[in-house]
Amino acid sequence: MTPELGFSDIHVRLGDKPVLEGVSADLHPGQVTAIVGPNGAGKSTLLACLAGLRRPDMGLARLNGVGVLELAARERGRRIGFLPQSHEIAWSVEARTLVGLGRIPFAGSWGLSVEDEAAVERAMTKADVTQFATRTVTTLSGGELARVLIARALAGDPQWLLADEPLAGLDPGHQLDAAALFRALADEGKGVVVTLHDLPMAMKLADRVIVLADGKILADGPPVEALAPPILSAAYGVEARFAEGGHGPLIEIVGRHG
Amino acid sequence: MTLKQPLGQLYAGLGIAVAVLFVASLFAGKVWVPWSAFTDRADPRWPIIFDLRLPRAILGVAVGAALGASGAAMQGYTRNPLASPDVLGVSSMASLFAVLTLYFNLAEASAWVLPTAAMLGAMTGVVLLLVLAGATSSIVTFILAGAILQIITAAGVSLALSLAPNPWAVQEIVSWIHGALADRSIDEVRFALPFILTGLVLLMTQTRTFDALTLGDIGARSLGIDVNRSRLFLVVGVGLAVGASTAVTGMIGFVGLVTPHLLRPFVASRPGALILPSAIGGAAIVLAADILVRVIPTATEVKLNVAMAAIGGPFFLALLIRLRRRIA
Repeated sequence: MTPELGFSDIHVRLGDKPVLEGVSADLHPGQVTAIVGPNGAGKSTLLACLAGLRRPDMGLARLNGVGVLELAARERGRRIGFLPQSHEIAWSVEARTLVGLGRIPFAGSWGLSVEDEAAVERAMTKADVTQFATRTVTTLSGGELARVLIARALAGDPQWLLADEPLAGLDPGHQLDAAALFRALADEGKGVVVTLHDLPMAMKLADRVIVLADGKILADGPPVEALAPPILSAAYGVEARFAEGGHGPLIEIVGRHG
Repeated sequence: MTLKQPLGQLYAGLGIAVAVLFVASLFAGKVWVPWSAFTDRADPRWPIIFDLRLPRAILGVAVGAALGASGAAMQGYTRNPLASPDVLGVSSMASLFAVLTLYFNLAEASAWVLPTAAMLGAMTGVVLLLVLAGATSSIVTFILAGAILQIITAAGVSLALSLAPNPWAVQEIVSWIHGALADRSIDEVRFALPFILTGLVLLMTQTRTFDALTLGDIGARSLGIDVNRSRLFLVVGVGLAVGASTAVTGMIGFVGLVTPHLLRPFVASRPGALILPSAIGGAAIVLAADILVRVIPTATEVKLNVAMAAIGGPFFLALLIRLRRRIA
């Protein structure tokens, strides 16, 4: 059973600037939760708090009721997979080696076991990157690297996957592939949290959308409610409207408020 | 990992190289000894082999391993291919501390004073470097931080030389600064070996961290790596290994920079897989360079550090040209 991931009353300041001002929610496994909001709204900071990578100034992120920072680092690494926004890779390792890094929370001092290798293969198949296995990362395109990094996050088979802008830099086809991958993870009963800039994608992909603006939660609910035009107007300063598409409602951004 | 097979060949190749060079370093020098001298204690060349060359060869292996592994560890931790104890001022910090003990005449009080100071100096160097460079892995900040350390230590050493209380102190400092393996005895080996080994073991425990840091600081921490703890291991490990090496041989440059570079292609760029090969490779390079300085026909032996610089300078240049091409 995948445990619940929750956070309550999280406050974070960066220097003088308050980034998060008391945000709370309980996230459920089996769902894709999208965190959206304008630039600087605190999406990445919130995700880092959930992953135990940042200590909030106040408040707590909990996995199954236990503070994520109280978990042993390695245990946390096994249970929460984190996909950072940055695609910076320090050394030009092979794609398979990079995916193998996802097994580090499991590996012993002597490298990867047979099980680890099998998990790496599975993750590469899932993310459709087996054809890049022996290519060094410097020879991959941005989109190819993004997919290899998704495989890296899947290699640890985490209970929760927290992905910061995972679809940025992917072409529409691979965006849909990645979205389908997140969907499948949620359907397996795992927890998936993604930050997104692409509101139509949030509409399509997410079961639940949390709208952050100015460090506060402006809306939290199913996409049709959380992404309603008045909320987008308040969060982004844009005029939006729902349009009827063949596969459910679509968001259309009409223009910027004057 | 999938790299097991080639890694085995790499270790075998490096191991053979060290073994051959080790034996060669017992034979080679101003006096070439024949095999018979090894077995006959009465032979006048026997002490040359066992009192002079054997400690020298063992030290060469130990110091080379310390510098090679420290270079690989620093490059892995900082994600910076230009990091190494000598380029970033860690070795020179160790020297400065050691020189100060000579200057203040403290070194005579106990045989432990100078080596301890050198190790503290090396640790101080690593700590200062990490503090100055901050949390970034930017090449620019690291090189700047290293340059600051180099400038400070160079100024400190110059000051010690110019204010030296007597000519003997000057003499002592100068000859100490120029790193060499010549005229070292088994005492130096006994002293340095435990510290170097401890340092190497500490660095070897961090291979997973170096691998994980390929994904950057955040990426590594999300994989359950305690980066702060690893930093402590790096500081103490490099401090012990480089400090103890510098204490017995003075500054020997370029091994720490060059070795990981030469071997990186053989481990498919995995930073964690690079530590042990760099230790063995560093041993081979120092042994080879030390044999070289002995067989070059000069009136007085060329200092090892000078020879290393002669080899390392062009290498650094080649690296620079390659980096420039990559950035351009």
